[in-house]
Amino acid sequence: MTVVDTEATISYDDVLASFDPVMGLEVHVELGTNTKMFCGCATEFGAEPNTQVCPVCLGLPGALPVVNETAVESAIRIGLALNCEIAEWCRFARKNYFYPDMPKNFQTSQYDEPIAFNGFLDVELDDGTTYRVEIERAHMEEDTGKSLHVGGSTGRIHGATHSLVDYNRAGIPLIEIVTKPMLGAGERAPEVARAYVATLRDLLKALDVSDVKMEQGSMRCDVNLSLMPKGSTTLGTRTETKNVNSLRSVERAVRYEMCRHGAVLQAGGSILQETRHWHEDTGATTSGRPKSDADDYRYFPEPDLVPVAPSRETVESLRATLPEPPAQRRKRLQSDWGFSDLEMRDVLNAGLVDLIGETVDAGATPAGARKWWSGEIARRANAEGATDVASYAAERSITPAHVVELEGLVKAGRLNDSMARQAWEGVLDGEGTPTAVADARGLELVQDDGALEAAVDKVIEANADVAQKVRDGKVQAAGALIGQVMKEMKGQADAGKAREIILAKLTS
Amino acid sequence: MTTDLTRASAADLADLLSKGETSSVEVTQALLNRTDAVDGDVHAYLHVDREGALATARDIDARRQAGEQLHQLAGVPIAVKDVMATQGLPTTCGSKILEGWIPPYDATVVTRLKQAGMPILGKTNMDEFAMGSSTEHSAYGPTRNPWDLERIPGGSGGGSSAVVASFQAPLAIGTDTGGSIRQPAAVTGTVGTKPTYGGVSRYGLVALASSLDQAGPCTRTVLDAALLHEVMGGHDPLDSTSINAPVPAVVEAARRADVKGMKIGIVRELTGEGFQAGVQARFDESVQHLVDAGAEVVEVSCPSFTAALAAYYLILPSEASSNLAKFDAMRYGLRVLPEGLDDPSAEQVMAATRDAGFGDEVKRRIILGTYALSSGYYDAYYGSAQKVRRLIADDFNRAFEAADVLVSPTAPTTAFKFGDKIDDPMAMYLNDVATIPANLAGVPGMSLPSGLADEDGLPAGCQILAPAAADERLYAVGAALEQRLLASWGGPLLGRAPELSAARSTSMGA
Repeated sequence: MTVVDTEATISYDDVLASFDPVMGLEVHVELGTNTKMFCGCATEFGAEPNTQVCPVCLGLPGALPVVNETAVESAIRIGLALNCEIAEWCRFARKNYFYPDMPKNFQTSQYDEPIAFNGFLDVELDDGTTYRVEIERAHMEEDTGKSLHVGGSTGRIHGATHSLVDYNRAGIPLIEIVTKPMLGAGERAPEVARAYVATLRDLLKALDVSDVKMEQGSMRCDVNLSLMPKGSTTLGTRTETKNVNSLRSVERAVRYEMCRHGAVLQAGGSILQETRHWHEDTGATTSGRPKSDADDYRYFPEPDLVPVAPSRETVESLRATLPEPPAQRRKRLQSDWGFSDLEMRDVLNAGLVDLIGETVDAGATPAGARKWWSGEIARRANAEGATDVASYAAERSITPAHVVELEGLVKAGRLNDSMARQAWEGVLDGEGTPTAVADARGLELVQDDGALEAAVDKVIEANADVAQKVRDGKVQAAGALIGQVMKEMKGQADAGKAREIILAKLTS
Repeated sequence: MTTDLTRASAADLADLLSKGETSSVEVTQALLNRTDAVDGDVHAYLHVDREGALATARDIDARRQAGEQLHQLAGVPIAVKDVMATQGLPTTCGSKILEGWIPPYDATVVTRLKQAGMPILGKTNMDEFAMGSSTEHSAYGPTRNPWDLERIPGGSGGGSSAVVASFQAPLAIGTDTGGSIRQPAAVTGTVGTKPTYGGVSRYGLVALASSLDQAGPCTRTVLDAALLHEVMGGHDPLDSTSINAPVPAVVEAARRADVKGMKIGIVRELTGEGFQAGVQARFDESVQHLVDAGAEVVEVSCPSFTAALAAYYLILPSEASSNLAKFDAMRYGLRVLPEGLDDPSAEQVMAATRDAGFGDEVKRRIILGTYALSSGYYDAYYGSAQKVRRLIADDFNRAFEAADVLVSPTAPTTAFKFGDKIDDPMAMYLNDVATIPANLAGVPGMSLPSGLADEDGLPAGCQILAPAAADERLYAVGAALEQRLLASWGGPLLGRAPELSAARSTSMGA
């Protein structure tokens, strides 16, 4: 018997030559409700430890849960947005296991009666093709507290001298969304995984049910992965990589586990069914605890809660509140705005869709809105480490109305493009509205043709040789004259008008 | 005034208080004095709150003096089973694992007692986490039956019934998961009601089996039980299983005491074989009293009741195994460090604490429940038990088509002696054979004294069961029966109980 190195990897191409990947993604989403799943405690992120707790979420003897109706509504809306069926009657169940950050030593969750089931989410890939992710279920549960392991070097429990537990998170409503096994993605499996999580994130954001901040843990992803030998239809043994908490990590974790599984299987070994930890820094996973199907959570219906039985009328009224699906909305907006694919991609990547939409709604042209929100302000937001332009702008009270006003000043002929840029910089510097900045900085196109003509005459006289070239038909030489005129006018002239006058004087 | 305040009913005390013929302080002090005198023998209390009770009494007296409109039971003292969370007062559930725990909040029932202005005398003894029928499973020693200190007071709520039977309190709160209010009432010659499931809030009641637990009144008279039932009951938004409807008109029913034209169903499966002769005889007389009072008797059959005990001992341990998981030394209560380990893990501390903190009966049921819920066994055990539960509910539904209420002896025997059944869990469990079906179906039940068994001179109980949400029928029937029994006895049954000092000398001499 050979000993197989379970931590070795082979190249991605080698994996694909022999195996087909099968993925299953479990995404936990913290709902953005004001109160917890089963009590009235606040859910604010980052509060002092153990200040948002009560007898219920601390699991004190005698305390009882009461279901948060808003959380149930959010769960149903998520289910509907994922094209799921909504249960007519379902119960909570207790998932029993001991852990210090779980106050009752059972998690109130759902087991075989999820609120939503049998759905799908269409995911658009980079090349424009669509992959349909089948959704197994979406169910409601409560979050656990948070353990902080102190005294070790790794922050993990191993080697720690003691642990601190913050129960503020205990009882925050979670929705767990579980896909069916995702087959047939082949070499695009990592991309599909990433695109699915990204699409899901956009959808949840559009539903306004969660702030979906992966870096704060309000959206967390577990990646199940197994390999099937090519041509086989039998699913392989899977591993579950926990807490893969960025889109990039999702993609990398899938790829890494594919390469690791491939190495083990190719060396004649077998995959140990276990949880794996993802390490962002090394881009690798390490072994966690073994997880077998024999893991016994002793689920049974939660006797302290009554069944959830949403009427069909309730479900339909919630369906009416669903927003346009983000992918559909993007297509519509691109067409409405007349953006090229590249322009739209840039706008999406910069997170500017909503801001541009608001600006267009406020009266700006789509091109103008794109231009002003993706230029200097994006550079500044990026340089100052802001998460996105919208929040950067909001923090500085820079609004779509400012863009509309700026465009208006150009359209009215008061500012030329370079003046408009100066005015915008003033707005970004906090000097006030575009008009106020233009007033303060004396930005104003000179409307007096007499002054312009005088300047042209002066420049022609001073540059007789260049003027002669224009007279001889070398029209492009006029550019040098225009530059001189603009300089003479201290920039406060319409360059187009200057060109008109020069050509009129020299070529007619 | 010659009234012995400790022997007066709550209704009479309320009357005396409202007329200004006594004060709450006077009543409370009399009861506390009684406790000083007798509870060394009875051990009904785990904790007595003298200062707190007297402070409430003083407050109520002052408010009454000031002319404030008070609740009917304001100033009438009460004892609370130690399974109810009481802010600032120890709550141990009879277990070492909660020794020293002071809840930071009140159970809803306790809040309602406080709102009514009822002084809380203390917390009563019980089998650990309400598992037992004798209080022998209390980690703090058993409660003794005031009728015979060598005998059990019933359980799990032996403390609440004994505190009432020994005149240390006119009222007590009990909880009933399989008979823990009714069986102690039967063996101590007192009254106890398990309301309809959901009729009284469970918020703050430390759960044994969530789908079976229900708090209710322990008293010496049917009217007192109704008065307390009315205070305790009613919808509570903090308990999802609480019924959103007004409390049934229990006090009115108790006052009317009218059974004319009612159909009384005798459950064939809950009489005869297995029931002590004297218990059965008193029950038969009770039925005759009801007939004399104008009721009609029918016999009904509930065949699934024979499987009730088996189903109960799967459902209860299953829920209990999960409910008791929270006792892990992490946040409150006992913490025991494992011996021989320098650097124990959280899991090792949990295990050592649970090993040291739980008694044998609790461990037995946690193991049973853990097994019954395990994958591969769930369907055969928990699943089958739930089906039996459904069948029992069906039996009740059919029976209540034929009868307005059902009756049976409450417990098969009178109080047994300490140690008789402690090593035989099945014999202990059989005590609850007549009371368990009501918990499984969620219907209300009451036990009231039916007399003394001829063979041992100890109290026997008659149980009345009514359809869900028809708790008032218990009180109509119970009050009618109580009237006729009192007339036949010439006074309260408890009047025949030995004086406690005498009882002590007998037992001491034995």
